Amino acid sequence: MTPPLLLTLPLLVCLGSAALAHLCPRRAWPRRGVALAAMLALTAVGLLLLVEVRRQGVLAVQLGEWAAPFGITLVADLLSALLVLIAGVMGLTVVLYSAATLAPELEAGAYYALVLVLVGGVCGGFLTGDLFNLFVWFEVMLGASFVLLALEAKQEQFEATLKYMTLSLVGSAVLLTAVGMLYGVAGTLNMADLATRLPGLERPGLVSTVAVLFLVAFSLKAGAFPLFFWLPASYHTPPVAVTTLFSALLTKVGVYALVRTFTLLFTQDVGLTHTVLLVMGGLTMVTGVLGAVAQYDVRRLLSFHIISQIGYLLAGLGLLTQEALAALIAFLVHYIFAKSALFLVSGATARASGTYDLQQMGNLYRSHPLLAALFFVPALSLAGVPPFSGFFAKLALIRAALRAEHWLIAGTAAGVGLLTLFSMMKIWREAFWKGHPQDPAAKQEAPSSVNVGWGVLGPCAALALVMGVLGLGARPLLELADAAAGQLLEPTGYIQAVLRRPP
Amino acid sequence: MERYLALSIGALFTAGFYCLLRRSTVRLALGIVLLGHATNLLLFTVNGLQRARPPLVPEGAEAPTPPFADPLPQAFILTAIVITFGLLALLLVLVHRTEQAVGTDDTQALRAELPDSER
Repeated sequence: MTPPLLLTLPLLVCLGSAALAHLCPRRAWPRRGVALAAMLALTAVGLLLLVEVRRQGVLAVQLGEWAAPFGITLVADLLSALLVLIAGVMGLTVVLYSAATLAPELEAGAYYALVLVLVGGVCGGFLTGDLFNLFVWFEVMLGASFVLLALEAKQEQFEATLKYMTLSLVGSAVLLTAVGMLYGVAGTLNMADLATRLPGLERPGLVSTVAVLFLVAFSLKAGAFPLFFWLPASYHTPPVAVTTLFSALLTKVGVYALVRTFTLLFTQDVGLTHTVLLVMGGLTMVTGVLGAVAQYDVRRLLSFHIISQIGYLLAGLGLLTQEALAALIAFLVHYIFAKSALFLVSGATARASGTYDLQQMGNLYRSHPLLAALFFVPALSLAGVPPFSGFFAKLALIRAALRAEHWLIAGTAAGVGLLTLFSMMKIWREAFWKGHPQDPAAKQEAPSSVNVGWGVLGPCAALALVMGVLGLGARPLLELADAAAGQLLEPTGYIQAVLRRPP
Repeated sequence: MERYLALSIGALFTAGFYCLLRRSTVRLALGIVLLGHATNLLLFTVNGLQRARPPLVPEGAEAPTPPFADPLPQAFILTAIVITFGLLALLLVLVHRTEQAVGTDDTQALRAELPDSER
């Protein structure tokens, strides 16, 4: 396939099938079918894109043949292509899981169309080469997420959506302010063009101001330390399939935007911006994991762990060495899978036990041994226990911190890993190991009546398998991550691909 | 002129954040409106107020003759207005439905309605 087609297809597939899904009759199966086909197509296109970018280097296309920096630019380097592929895989997993768990009236409504718009917005964010378009894709994604969050129209969801929406809209206002000011300073918003112009500007103080505005806006979207309050306030209210989709993709676009802008654009005053990133990373890790320790609702507990893991990513960005960025990318891949697997399993345990409250659960190890195994793999992987994917990603990150002689951040990362393990063991102990609180005799009894079907367990099992594969075969992932980090640190390829037309 | 616009941007931001900090959900929506206006006005002002020619290429020339007005900030603002408008409609519906469900627009009451475990 030619680059223009390859780069536009992810967006066309998602947004086109969103429209198609909404035009389908108001039944569950046709809409489900459209979503499934779209996600399969997106995964295939993502894979092709990754292969092509690995072979040919950065791909860029100017829509409507308007030359950069005036036209709409789509760019894919290794990081974007990898993330588009992951968006496809996660979309596929979530659609399969939704088909098995959601109420039919929800499926027959706007649900799948919204999921497709959300994934389309996410892919647009990953592929765009222009900051204003990035803002627009953020809004596309957020608009869909607001509706998904409130779709069941329960009161707790209204409350959650109000908080989430207000804070997100404030973040968007900050982002738009930053974008506008950057245009005022530099006269362009095309990222490749900005990368060539920003170092030559005579007012570096103004650029640093804009950089910090971007930092605030994107870390709000990513859920980083002082700006994460919307996340634990909202992620525990929608159906588990929606939470999984949010946790896999939404905050990652914020992280991706941070990585893109703070490797390509704002590297003039590293002493200020990247030190701030490093400090925020450390504090995000610690507050997230400490918040998780206090929780007894599985979904809230896991939501706090999202925050804590975002801290690792920010720390990797703050270090800004090739090794650290490679570790960041490997960690990002591992963590999207691990966290999604944990959310999916939490949905399955809730089906088996009828509650999300850890204190009400118990004895699941006896009644649902397979489910216990499927929890065990991503939990250990998240905490960073070998041989699963988390170990290698975390090891690479801590090693990068040690090489850069940031002892404090390395120590924090290791300590937070231990606390993560503690928190995972809490779920294990409460949900799977201890006897059922209401019925102590159940300990000796045979498996309980509630059966969790393969529609629910299948996606969990697939993700657990991915984690095993990424752990035992970590080398290809780490090599890919290293190549992607190389592209981030040496952006000439990116700039040339955008500003000059490909031969 | 920039000075007055800067002052009004400041006033709009202040009023917007003040509304966001109130307990009423309707004021929350108003705060978002004001923030949107503030941002759009800022976009407009930061990119230079000038009396200039429209950015049209004269016949036979390759580029418009300077000084010409930059059309991009207006395009940004227009896009931003459309997005804010769509999201605001959604927010107002949400505020309305929440008020229907709770019976008041007080955010404190919203919390009090929840069961103990959710507080």
